[in-house]
Amino acid sequence: MKTFRIFWGALLGALLLFAVSSASGFAAEQQVIVLASTTSVENSGLLAHILPQFTSETGITVHVVAQGTGQALATAAHGDADLVLVHDPAAEAAFMAAGHGLTRTEIAWNDFIIVGPGADPAHIAGTHDAVAALKQIAVARAPFVSRGDNSGTDALEKRLWKLVGLDPTAPDGGWYRDIGGGMGAALNAAAAMGAYTLSDRGTWLSFGHKAGMEIDVEGDPRLLNRYDVILLDPKTHPQAKQAPAHRFAAWLASPEGQAAIGGYMIAGQRLFHPEADPKP
Amino acid sequence: MLDIVDAVRLVLGLLLGFDVSLRRIVILSLAVSLSASVVAATCGLPLGAVLAVFRFPGRGLLILLANALLGLPPVVVGLVLYLLLSRSGPLGGLGILFTPAAMALAQFLLALPIVVALSHRAMVDIWREYGDDLLISGASRLRAIPHLLSIGRLSALTATLAGFGRAISEVGAILIVGGNIAGYTRTMTTAITLETSEGHLAFALALGLVLVAISIAVSAGAFTIEARARRNRAQEAA
Repeated sequence: MKTFRIFWGALLGALLLFAVSSASGFAAEQQVIVLASTTSVENSGLLAHILPQFTSETGITVHVVAQGTGQALATAAHGDADLVLVHDPAAEAAFMAAGHGLTRTEIAWNDFIIVGPGADPAHIAGTHDAVAALKQIAVARAPFVSRGDNSGTDALEKRLWKLVGLDPTAPDGGWYRDIGGGMGAALNAAAAMGAYTLSDRGTWLSFGHKAGMEIDVEGDPRLLNRYDVILLDPKTHPQAKQAPAHRFAAWLASPEGQAAIGGYMIAGQRLFHPEADPKP
Repeated sequence: MLDIVDAVRLVLGLLLGFDVSLRRIVILSLAVSLSASVVAATCGLPLGAVLAVFRFPGRGLLILLANALLGLPPVVVGLVLYLLLSRSGPLGGLGILFTPAAMALAQFLLALPIVVALSHRAMVDIWREYGDDLLISGASRLRAIPHLLSIGRLSALTATLAGFGRAISEVGAILIVGGNIAGYTRTMTTAITLETSEGHLAFALALGLVLVAISIAVSAGAFTIEARARRNRAQEAA
């Protein structure tokens, strides 16, 4: 019977602990904002790098919900976020046109790259034309992993295939693999299948399981990747915490915020460029 | 193979070094899943006993429902709860989406059918054995329920632990309603999902080993208690 009592005691203790911790979270509620963002700024470690500085300067805690751009914009449209940080200009324009957004500000950029197996079956390594490279992958019927999750990266990939003039989803042998997952999941899948995939440079540099994969295509101006922060319109989203959200957006664009973004390096390589850096 | 060796080394390092972020993740996982299963037990155990003791219209349907929902898909629970708790949903006013409370609610819904179904099965047996005595000693059926739960307390604990096991191992629902926010709604299972997607396989596996250790401890505890319950009952009968 003794173990029995210990069990219930432990249960009760944990419950009390939880109640106390959530009550203390409640007290600080005013200073918490929810940022709906893309997986790339979270998976790459950028936000974990810059948020502590913002929080220590302002006392505002930012809760990051990392989703694909499409889902992040939907989350904000439902009213479940206070601001968004995303990277799909076309989807963002639609979001603004629908009256959800108040302002849209570019705060950083980097580029997309096509990565693939070291063996390079499509012979695209070292080239700089993304459309030509995709065409060669299709001709060689080399495995290609698609995000297929309506994210910013996925949207760019679909646009590039349109430029190739080819529908890769046509059922012809399964070299094109739509995995319906985040950037990290796509890189894991590509590594496991010896496949090519389109990745943002930030996630690629911070990815821990490259398994012999290499960068094949970079430097195409069409592979530019810009990140925008969007504040919500108080008319359509009265519940959004305007003041702290504005403060965060302003900080991201400020010299301090820009320096924090530009200062995030992995192995000596910069993952995100401040907005003012000259683009290729 | 290398990943597994790395993972074991990481587990030892993390646990012995008492890594702060890991500790937070483990505590949050336990707090959310314990509160979910305790509330599920508070509602589910009496319900299981009522279903064993009373005969009323709809009783068969409720029993069927509890058993049918044993395999409730977490991701569907998460999605439905997300739509309900969203600011644009009917329960949006609560403002608990992307908080631990929403995660506990999701796990409560997943654990409840397990607690009800398992406790009902146990209480039916016990009622068959002791029901007449309880009624003869003057208690009404309603009054008999606390006695019934008291006699079957070890089975009740087993049912609760089974609910807890379901809650702590689940990822689909809490990923959607919790949002996997670092330091706030990141649990062991959602952290494993994230670390895997970042290619940090050894760290993901290390977290996985911690989770497996906890779940084994809970299952072993449940089994031991159940075995003792059976032994005690056999002794009392003898």
